[in-house]
Amino acid sequence: MSAALDNFFFSYQSLIFAVGINGLLALSIYTVLAVGQLSLGQAAFMGLGAYVSALLTLHLNWPFPAVLLAAMVVPALAALLIGGPTLKLTGVYLALATIALGEILRIVCNASDFTGGALGLSGIPSKTSFTLIFSLLALVLLGFVLVARSRLGRAMEAMREDEVAAGVMGVNLPAMKMGALVVSAMLAGLAGALNAHANSFIGPNDYSFDQAVTILSFALLGGIGSPFGPVLGAIILTLLPEFLTALHDFKLVVNGFIIVVAVLFMPRGLLVWRIGRIG
Amino acid sequence: MLAQILQQLPQQLLNGLVLGSTYALFALGFTLMFGVLGVINLTYGFYFSTGAFLALYATKGLGLPIGLALPGAAVLTGLIAVLFDAALLTPLRRKKAPELASLMVTLGATLLLYTLMTALFGTEIRRLPPAVISHAAITLGDVRMNMSQILIMVTTVLIVLALLSLIRFTRLGLAMRALAENGEAAQLMGVNTDAVVWLVSFISGALGSAAGVLIGLNFNAIQPYMGETMMLKGFAVIIIGGLGDIRGALVAGILIGVLEVLTAGFISSNLKDAVGFVLLVATLWFRPVGLFGRAPVKRA
Repeated sequence: MSAALDNFFFSYQSLIFAVGINGLLALSIYTVLAVGQLSLGQAAFMGLGAYVSALLTLHLNWPFPAVLLAAMVVPALAALLIGGPTLKLTGVYLALATIALGEILRIVCNASDFTGGALGLSGIPSKTSFTLIFSLLALVLLGFVLVARSRLGRAMEAMREDEVAAGVMGVNLPAMKMGALVVSAMLAGLAGALNAHANSFIGPNDYSFDQAVTILSFALLGGIGSPFGPVLGAIILTLLPEFLTALHDFKLVVNGFIIVVAVLFMPRGLLVWRIGRIG
Repeated sequence: MLAQILQQLPQQLLNGLVLGSTYALFALGFTLMFGVLGVINLTYGFYFSTGAFLALYATKGLGLPIGLALPGAAVLTGLIAVLFDAALLTPLRRKKAPELASLMVTLGATLLLYTLMTALFGTEIRRLPPAVISHAAITLGDVRMNMSQILIMVTTVLIVLALLSLIRFTRLGLAMRALAENGEAAQLMGVNTDAVVWLVSFISGALGSAAGVLIGLNFNAIQPYMGETMMLKGFAVIIIGGLGDIRGALVAGILIGVLEVLTAGFISSNLKDAVGFVLLVATLWFRPVGLFGRAPVKRA
């Protein structure tokens, strides 16, 4: 029994890792969507985390926990840089500026020798494990559940439904938006670092606009009523191509289709259940 | 060194002007859509690719001259744009959905459309037949420019003038301005807002398509994702110029074009594509409404 289980893990290890990492990415976009904003820079934050972590491991041989921490801090700084001016304006500006961030990152990574140019970085030692990825995912989920049941969670929900009304009721809109963007950048950076140390190779085109859209489709499929929705979306969209092999070439068609259908016909996603408040 | 730079400068500036005109030409329809309809419509890049492919089919498959292929592609793409607007954005407008919903729905549609287009046509680069346009060039002193470059600059200026007079001097323009200001009030004043929305979608789609044909002609490289690459420049152009501002798109497009050519010529060609985005981030920090923009007002 145990041998069969080992065998299963060995064959599907990268897929299982991908489920967990995509779950974290789905939660990262959830954080932004939950306050009614849209970021298309999650792939860029992920890429920043991946590159920072890979370079620290390869060149400086930092211990893994410190690497993970750095992979969260650097994207957070990028989020401050992008969020500072844009979050004061309407949501469109954040969406467009985060697209720009992704492009700048791709251009710099492609042009710089330090990041391996278009070839990317290879030979990144494998340092992640099933336990690490999924306990981090569980921890983050738990954190979100606690937040959702608190005053903070109610403020987020109020902002999402009606920003002006929430502001009038005393929700500190700029601080909430910035906080959400920074947290989401940290989560995406963490996912990027885990991904880099699970795959041994990263390249500039792994963090393209298409990847940002894919991350968005996780959250829109699952729904953002609760943090479980995006994770469910990530699980479905990661596993679906494995079961329907014919889908592989059309994976992005499916993601695009899901976004269109979700926005037009099921704005609450698959999982409509939301977490109740305490007391 | 300095003498060499000075000698190259006029030609570089002209190349920058031409490149900048292509950016401006592309961004005109995009910024018009935002200015009147208030949505970032990401399918716009798809209209650009569609225009180029339709012109390719018309000139290569049907043997039409470019003078017929260009307007034909523009009209057809304009109609497609109206269809997409009706299918994707009108339902959201009716529901008064938040503005980001329309951005997301067009994002999904764009991904879907590009992937399908790539499945149909592949990613190889296609070229218009060489006989389509004269390859004669004029030389003025040290400066040299060819027919398609002149065509792009002239078209850009003509379209900007036409759009500005349409918006300023016609009844339709007045209706567009009213819709941009406040849709409901415009409707109450007797503006047929649905018709204006369709017309603006049609004009924008046609402009995007025409830009695709002309730019495809100039670079002579047509493939499905050409619209997406251009779209990334388009974001920079419309934010730097001011969202929804026609003059802003012209000025910002040319500014980016000239700076890109100068960067490629005198610093490094690898960094050329970063110019627009660095300018974009700088704009957001120092003048977020853009060169010509007005501060957005949020109403309850």
